[in-house]
Amino acid sequence: MAISREDVLRVAELAHLGLSPEEVEQYRNHLDAILNYIDKLNELDITNVTPMAQVIYAPATPGAEDSHPELREDIPRPCTIADVVLAGAPEAAKPFFRVPKVIER
Amino acid sequence: MSAPATWTIAGVRAALEAKRISARELAAEFYGRIDRRNSELNAYLTLSPERAYVQADKIDAAVARGDDLPPLAGVPMAIKDVISTRGVRTTCSSKMLENYVPAYDATAVERLEQAGAVLLGKTNCDEFAMGGSNENSAYGPVRNPVALDRVPGGSSGGSAAVVAAGLAVAALGTDTGGSIRQPGSFCGIPGLMPTYGRVSRYGLIAFASSLDKIGPLAGNVADAAAVLHVIAGHDENDSTSAAMPVPDYTAELEKSVKGLRIGVPEDYFGAGLDPEVKEKVEAGIAQLERLGCRRIPLQMPHTDYAIATYYIIATAEASSNLARYDGVRYGLRAPGGTLTEMYRQTRELGFGPEVKRRIMLGTYALSAGYYDAYYLRAQSVRALVARDFADAFQKVDAIVTPTAPTPAFKLGEKSSDPLEMYLADIYTVTGSLAGVPGISVPCGTTKAGLPVGMQIFGPHFGEGCVLQIGQAFEKARGPAN
Repeated sequence: MAISREDVLRVAELAHLGLSPEEVEQYRNHLDAILNYIDKLNELDITNVTPMAQVIYAPATPGAEDSHPELREDIPRPCTIADVVLAGAPEAAKPFFRVPKVIER
Repeated sequence: MSAPATWTIAGVRAALEAKRISARELAAEFYGRIDRRNSELNAYLTLSPERAYVQADKIDAAVARGDDLPPLAGVPMAIKDVISTRGVRTTCSSKMLENYVPAYDATAVERLEQAGAVLLGKTNCDEFAMGGSNENSAYGPVRNPVALDRVPGGSSGGSAAVVAAGLAVAALGTDTGGSIRQPGSFCGIPGLMPTYGRVSRYGLIAFASSLDKIGPLAGNVADAAAVLHVIAGHDENDSTSAAMPVPDYTAELEKSVKGLRIGVPEDYFGAGLDPEVKEKVEAGIAQLERLGCRRIPLQMPHTDYAIATYYIIATAEASSNLARYDGVRYGLRAPGGTLTEMYRQTRELGFGPEVKRRIMLGTYALSAGYYDAYYLRAQSVRALVARDFADAFQKVDAIVTPTAPTPAFKLGEKSSDPLEMYLADIYTVTGSLAGVPGISVPCGTTKAGLPVGMQIFGPHFGEGCVLQIGQAFEKARGPAN
């Protein structure tokens, strides 16, 4: 198996994901099978291919003044929903969200 | 007991204008149906009668005044539970958001309501839209109204089921790798994935941002077109929504399909395709030829690599998007002595197995030492898949394929093997990666009575063309079930 137990634990730590010992073993098997399948991408020669960085399709509009009409000026606007948002938070003390102490870390 | 009446958008309008029914009575009729059927189907997670009746009363007042009615006046609709609704619980079918109530509406929801739609409630789906069977919901699977022992497809399984069962006239779903088209196919109704950027994603709770799209599921193609027309268009709250004019999709429906070039990629008809599905889709293509379309054989050589590509890109984006569920600002918080402990335990408790699996896979693919080998390579192959489509649309007006390799499978049949479930997305993920629009339209049923869907892809912003072909096919085919 290409994926080790340590790999799984390392990735879980990166993702801040708690896993039970059974889950560690299960995800090890699943990740191994899926990555094994994904290895088929290595069959392709991609030397001269530019990776796709943007899926937005913008056909050229000849003579258009504004090449990105979908973008707007970045003007600050008041947030009118802060109270509702804080009321839905697990723990809040306006205008903050409260979290466990971080100092000891 | 006779079957309940089938309502269409045009039918609702005619009935309201003729004062045969009020919007309030119609909403009540649908809530009655939901009362009778939902415990069996598990398709609605949350109902919003207060909001629905306020809206219905507005429509009835407009009718009483003799006002011109907006395009979706009084139309009872459902919203997939990954789309934000102000004041109405939005769970993403996850324990993580069990009690989450959004403070604002998604743009698509706001536009539906401005157009007069009556929003009945929120529909079940796979958790955070991750799945193809609706079995990944934290609130239990949806059953397929056509065959109760079968899945409705996913991830928009609840939206497809409520439309197919007559518990909503139309619904919003979301499609990342096939999540509108495949449940449409499994439940025997049309489902449309728009072009990336056609419909604002503002308020859609993100799964994979370069792939997510909101689109309609409806009882017929004309209704899907009418809903798309309302939700499409630029939104200043989503800079990836295109500043392209929105055509009158309803008018496009009536255009003749005579002379249109229909590409049929042989790569979509190979091993793994159920023989009955193949037969129905081939018959559908023959029907289109009888309507005057020209069949053009195509090769789309990167089709076979699309699933591997998709499951790297989608999970990488998901691992990043779902980092926000940390117990701080909304949703679940598990007790934990330190901040890091709180994060870990919240995420352990709040996420289901498939979501965790995808976060793990995506984090792995983006982690140091693996980024080039997986993520960057996948983005290159994505460019090749997109090129397959661009090349094809040099030669054809639309591409016709099966929507899914099989009809609806049984509950529990595939849920033990994640890879097997992923492989079933083979025909839908290609268009998702390319960002082009696609519709699934019903093209008959198997001997066992299960619906089969035929998929029609169009070029970027070619929704009008795929709807037009879908409509011509639907008319020629006659009633689906």
